[in-house]
Amino acid sequence: MSTLYFDHNATTPLDPFVLEAMLPYMGANFANASATYTAGREARRAVEQAREQVAAAIDADPTEVIFTASGSEANNLLVRGYADAWLAEAGKPAGVACTSIEHPCVAEPVRALGRAGWAVSELAVNESGVAEKAGVSALPEQTRLLSVMSANNETGVLQPVAQLAGQYKADRDPACCFHTDAVQAFGKHPLSFRQLNAAGVDALTLSAHKIGGPKGAAVLVRDRQLPLMPLVYGGGQEQGLRSGTENVAAIVGFGVACARAATHLEARIAQARILQQHLESWLKSRGAVVFSHTAARLSNTTFAAFPGVDGETLVSLLDRQGIAISSGVACGSGKDGVSAVLLAMGVDPLLAKGAIRISLGMMPYGVSTIEDVDRLLGQLDKVLSQLQRFAAVA
Amino acid sequence: MKLPIYLDYSATTPIDPRVVEAMMPYLTEKFGNPASRSHQYGWDAEAAVENARNEVAALVNADPKEIVWTSGATEANNLAIKGAANFYQGKGKHLITLKTEHKAVLDTMRELERQGFEVTYLDVLPNGLVDMAALEAALRPDTILVSIMAVNNEIGVVQPITEIGELLRSKGILFHVDAAQATGKIDIDLSKLKVDLMSFSAHKTYGPKGIGALYVRRKPRVRLEAQMHGGGHERGMRSGTLPTFMIVGMGEAFRLARLEMHEENKRIQALRDRLLKGLFDMPEIYVNGDLAHRIPHNLNVSFAYVEGESLIMAVRDIAVSSGSACTSASLEPSYVLRALGLTDELAHSSIRFSIGRFTTEEEIDYTVDLLHKQIGRLREMSPLWEMVQEGIDLNTVQWAAH
Repeated sequence: MSTLYFDHNATTPLDPFVLEAMLPYMGANFANASATYTAGREARRAVEQAREQVAAAIDADPTEVIFTASGSEANNLLVRGYADAWLAEAGKPAGVACTSIEHPCVAEPVRALGRAGWAVSELAVNESGVAEKAGVSALPEQTRLLSVMSANNETGVLQPVAQLAGQYKADRDPACCFHTDAVQAFGKHPLSFRQLNAAGVDALTLSAHKIGGPKGAAVLVRDRQLPLMPLVYGGGQEQGLRSGTENVAAIVGFGVACARAATHLEARIAQARILQQHLESWLKSRGAVVFSHTAARLSNTTFAAFPGVDGETLVSLLDRQGIAISSGVACGSGKDGVSAVLLAMGVDPLLAKGAIRISLGMMPYGVSTIEDVDRLLGQLDKVLSQLQRFAAVA
Repeated sequence: MKLPIYLDYSATTPIDPRVVEAMMPYLTEKFGNPASRSHQYGWDAEAAVENARNEVAALVNADPKEIVWTSGATEANNLAIKGAANFYQGKGKHLITLKTEHKAVLDTMRELERQGFEVTYLDVLPNGLVDMAALEAALRPDTILVSIMAVNNEIGVVQPITEIGELLRSKGILFHVDAAQATGKIDIDLSKLKVDLMSFSAHKTYGPKGIGALYVRRKPRVRLEAQMHGGGHERGMRSGTLPTFMIVGMGEAFRLARLEMHEENKRIQALRDRLLKGLFDMPEIYVNGDLAHRIPHNLNVSFAYVEGESLIMAVRDIAVSSGSACTSASLEPSYVLRALGLTDELAHSSIRFSIGRFTTEEEIDYTVDLLHKQIGRLREMSPLWEMVQEGIDLNTVQWAAH
């Protein structure tokens, strides 16, 4: 029995078109992109072409794109790099903020700044998991950096990033920094760095392996006016902001994945939306609570709980039936197995313990079908009945 | 024989086809996130990552728990040096390194200076080796860490890591070793070496680019302040989704190195000696760096009375690195060669030949012929060479100002 994969927010299968583009750089074209002979220049050309593909997909200038090894690294580069640049200029820490539902790779570097003397504030979300403009205005005046994710990895909730950035800049010195972690939104929702930048967004993060690209490649896209210090020092690659031999194969893969992810976006969103509605109406009919169901959300993400049914148990029973889903984030931000995102939304911890995340495939490769979803629902039905019988006996 | 001939294995190596084969399942059906704890895709990926960790540890005789994945040796060097400096700054704020270290170490040290640390950059001996007396003299009560590479990337000299380790351990000073150029080339036994932190790279040892590791000693335990925070991967020392296929590649590459390095190095030594012998029947040629304390893969040679840029243009049939900075097209002379006392002119007219797994005897012979032909041609065009041939000592010549 083959396994059905519904954990696309954790990672996606590598698109075979992407792999095909990568293979020459894992074979004959292996040169170091910093080498000056012909093969090195060819590797350099491939890296720069990928940079253009990423830039085109996010509507940015190629010179605004800095390659890193992961979304986590890009987020750390932004948070730490901006803070270091501020320290170098102002001589003393200021304030830094992110939402209460950020991925740990933003929240943790922010906390690390707190240990280094920065004043840390949290931008709360409402019961639907959405951050609001009033919350931004309430942040301390000295807040130099605010990071708000474009789409939440667990609930799929889309944040009104442009409005929040506009409010943030209107309230204080516009030279302060607004960043958005767009790792989950990219390829699933229309995004334009040009437009976001005009609204006050200074930088955003994208990752390859969430859109059919390889693990090990990501970017920070940033306004070149933004003061930034490197996180990794050395040979001075990536405009001096990220040293280290370029990972040519993965970068090439990211470029092609971006070109693929930019195609038929509206159609892919519409198709996933149909499956999502089908899935969620079934879940609701069986008594499940779908979190953030009234908010604007990614069309591939469903975060739900059956009251009284433990999420982990459900996930492991489904795994035995050949269905791969998740109980929350892959790299546990949760406390005692409870989603920190749901707690931040004010969800009852008992209900939150029941949370399961189903994230559908909506990239050009590995797209989930109605048959896949029906098979998932069939297995879910079986497992739920089992659990109910068990509960009845107990 | 295919041209150009690749003799730049110290810049990067091709991925061994056996390594690519090991990686392929993780580029296709086994695509899970190793941090996914709820399904088979995640568990398969995690098992592959741990198997690779065992292989990396086995090559250097370490405990797999002492291996932390990074995106390469540059990040490993940054994590080791900044991580230790940040953690132990209460003990002291002085660090020591060599002027001939890789930029990833030197630039990290510069950043620490910006943060208020003090760094001593030691000169090396004219043969490129560390001056042990100078190192010992530079140690201070507030010295917290010394960083010295195992094998130099430009001249291939092997530093006395054993002796340095003994000295530093006796003084309670941490020892970081950049071993990016050393794996598969020299024996490394971390159960015996008094090394606390060691950086590794996959793509210098026939693995993929974009992956490396840092060895962090457990007994006695070395603590680091993480440089990348997040999901708490790698026991909190380095967050970020692990690129399974690259990690599998590094594991396989290091496994092959462990099994084959001794045979392979004999073959490579023979090729290097053949190159050396072939070049040295020409006059006014100098080997840079100690020839005895050196990996068999490297030959760095200065060709006197030849202009640097013309030399590079003349040997385009071989892919080599010149005595100019590798990270820029600018013709800055190599700071490593300058540290050995070479003049700018001689540094410019230098070539690093680095030989590897797929180099053949035929390629070495072609290279020797090519250099004979081109060096001869370039020197014929050189007025300086003409003067030397006429017996004029160039040091006595009064050059007109221009």
